[in-house]
Amino acid sequence: MPGWVNFVVAGLLTGAVYGLMALGLSVIFGVVRVVNFAHGEMMVLAMYGVILLQHWLGLDPLVSAPVVAMALFALGYALQRGLLNRFIARPEHQQFLLMLGIAGLLTSSMLMVFGPDTASVETSYALDSYEVGPLILDKVRVFAASGAVLSMALLWAFFRMSRTGKAIRACADNPTGAAVAGLDVGRFYATAFGIGAACVGASGTFLLLLVDVQPYLGASYTLLSFIIVIIGGLGSMPGALLGGLLVGVSEGLSAYFVSPSLKSLFSYGLLILVLLVRPQGLLGRRA
Amino acid sequence: MSALLELDGVDKRFRGLLAVDGVSFSVPQGAIVGLIGPNGAGKTTIFNLIAGVFRPDRGRILFEGRDIAGLRPHVLCRAGIARTFQIARPFGALSTLENAMVGAFRANAGTEAAEKHARAVLERLGLADKAHAPAHGLTLPERRRLEVARALATEPKLLLLDEAMAGLRPIEIDAMVGTLSALARESGLTILLTEHVMRAVMALSHHIVVVHHGQKICEGTPEHVAADQRVIECYLGRSAA
Amino acid sequence: MSGRQGVALALTGGLLVAAPLFVGDYVLSVLIVFLLAAYLGQCWNIMMGFAGQLSLGHALYYGLGAYTAAALFVHFDTLSWFGIVAGAALAALAAGVIGALSFQFAVTGVYFALLTIAFDEFTRILFDHFDWVGGTAGLFLHVAQVKGTDLLHLRGSPTMFYYVLLALSAGVLWLSRALLRRRIGFYWLAIREDEPAAAALGIDTFWMKLVAVTLSGALTALAGGVMAFYDNNLYPDTIFATSSSVEIITAPIIGGMGTLFGPIVGAFLLTTMGEAMTDFGAAWGVPGLKQWLYGGALVAIVLLQPAGVWPWLCDRLGLGAERR
Repeated sequence: MPGWVNFVVAGLLTGAVYGLMALGLSVIFGVVRVVNFAHGEMMVLAMYGVILLQHWLGLDPLVSAPVVAMALFALGYALQRGLLNRFIARPEHQQFLLMLGIAGLLTSSMLMVFGPDTASVETSYALDSYEVGPLILDKVRVFAASGAVLSMALLWAFFRMSRTGKAIRACADNPTGAAVAGLDVGRFYATAFGIGAACVGASGTFLLLLVDVQPYLGASYTLLSFIIVIIGGLGSMPGALLGGLLVGVSEGLSAYFVSPSLKSLFSYGLLILVLLVRPQGLLGRRA
Repeated sequence: MSALLELDGVDKRFRGLLAVDGVSFSVPQGAIVGLIGPNGAGKTTIFNLIAGVFRPDRGRILFEGRDIAGLRPHVLCRAGIARTFQIARPFGALSTLENAMVGAFRANAGTEAAEKHARAVLERLGLADKAHAPAHGLTLPERRRLEVARALATEPKLLLLDEAMAGLRPIEIDAMVGTLSALARESGLTILLTEHVMRAVMALSHHIVVVHHGQKICEGTPEHVAADQRVIECYLGRSAA
Repeated sequence: MSGRQGVALALTGGLLVAAPLFVGDYVLSVLIVFLLAAYLGQCWNIMMGFAGQLSLGHALYYGLGAYTAAALFVHFDTLSWFGIVAGAALAALAAGVIGALSFQFAVTGVYFALLTIAFDEFTRILFDHFDWVGGTAGLFLHVAQVKGTDLLHLRGSPTMFYYVLLALSAGVLWLSRALLRRRIGFYWLAIREDEPAAAALGIDTFWMKLVAVTLSGALTALAGGVMAFYDNNLYPDTIFATSSSVEIITAPIIGGMGTLFGPIVGAFLLTTMGEAMTDFGAAWGVPGLKQWLYGGALVAIVLLQPAGVWPWLCDRLGLGAERR
């Protein structure tokens, strides 16, 4: 079995986590129309939360995931309800400048509180792996991907079966519909943002099993989230997952064949191509 | 009088729906022509076809004998066709004068010449005293007049007015009608207007074209059109004022 | 520009020209940071404040300008000014390509902003692996010990760089004012306010936007080139970083986009407060205060006074309204 197969599988597993992260942005950007330049920073905040929970209460990240997700939901809800709802009628660029500012505030605050050094979680299974035939799969990667997939399944069920969930999906197709349908738009947007934030919080928890965290990590994941959402297609939730998997695999392949530091080059190149030629992404609808 | 603008068998489809169906009419040089019809009749689509927003699927649109179908809006403006928008779109952060100057720069490269011309146009439209007021603070009738002034400042041969009277009070409508007919008389400007406000259309137009379900159903002088049975049934059934 | 604004400008100008004579080295270095921020902010303002095109990847042009001038100097010993102009030409080309592609394919608003970030990041990674310019390890310019000022080779004391930057800032201010009064300035503002309405008035929006983007990029690169000879070391990960782009745009946004003096006022406020924050943070052992300030300032301005500090100041001091 060729050496790159393990890299591809590892990439798929990591890609599932990316998919959940991007799904959060797909909800926030696609439904509430907020250009969340603080997406990665919110994820880093969640990651530090997980570390604190382990430090104070000895909780394993997988146990902390729902806790952190709920905390991020509350944060996102408050942010949209208290701050961002005022920007709905304002020129578009004001809202993303605001998020840019918040990103800076978050990063520097975390730098002040946690310092510039990297931090990580300790898990009992950190060095273990599963052997499935010729494949060697790191336990952490399998757990992270499982957590991500489970979260996405829960979200899928929510979107298909609950009233609010269905409304959110409809809104991704037709924003005017939300107001016309008589929904309390302010609360509705806040809930949607909260859900997106919860996704990013959960994905941060799982990502922490794979990478170490430091305050400046946010920016690159913000960009990565946008890349995945645009490539996969704005407003398409399967698109976010597909995009995440694609990026994960391309990172794995480029790490194997070329050099790990070039892994983003392919993603950025693809982003430029998609923006120019097929802005609706792979699975999205034409705006 | 020769035709300045001529539509010849123009079709336009939107996802299978035939919005404009074989429409032909001409606008003579120096005339004021009204384009009327019920909502959804295709007036705005015809308008947008002439203004370069859409491309016709079939047929020709001739301006001064040249086929202009599918040319982009800024090219059309340079050729001498200016348009206003249904919902007035002033450049809010600029003053009234500066708005008019943007139009005036089309034919005047220098700032001083453009300003001079813009002032003259504002004077014509009764906006001279608002010259330095920011455009976002203008009232609706003032915005409509600014729409017209800005388009006029480009020194067009053909002016396309898209429901320029909507939302105006009768006294304001009469003022606008007066200004426009004076302009056409004095400078030989050709005007094509789409309108719902019958008072204005009847008073202004030399010639009227009526469309319904994308087809031309009648054309002629205002009196002729007002008396036409088909037109009365589909459109003018209620009081036409 | 009203009479009172003119007086304020003359006073400020006079102070700035005389400054090196009575300030110490530290303040001079801060003033250099201020002038650079003021210059870069004005360059970005041409594209965003005037023509309404949001670029979040301006570090690309700065970096291209810096690396071109530095690499030519290091490898071929070219005259500094030649390298700087070459850098501006390269940046103009890059900006032109990005602009042409974006406008042709109708990429606008936030998508355009993301595209500019993507091109910047792409270039950063490329330069990380580009050994001819030093890769990640960086590019270093040899600094010969020069006595006095060699303007031709851009070698001299910080005071020399101060005056070069002052001249550049004054130059771009003059240029911005000249452009705003002419047809191109009116056309840009029209495009910013309402592009379809602008097109209906005969404006070729594609070309007008392209000119704004290209000019903005080329001018930004000039500063990059000059500063290469001041810093004497360049790293792709700092120069092309997205955070550099964000720093470039913060000053004009705080001061007031679309105005002539807004970027300068914003640069002054941010630089002085930023330096204060850095000192404060160093004294108390708290990192990241300067970034906290920049982020907080952005949030505060967008929430409270989106037009910026300068229009508010004009209002308060009765300096007369400047066009927004």
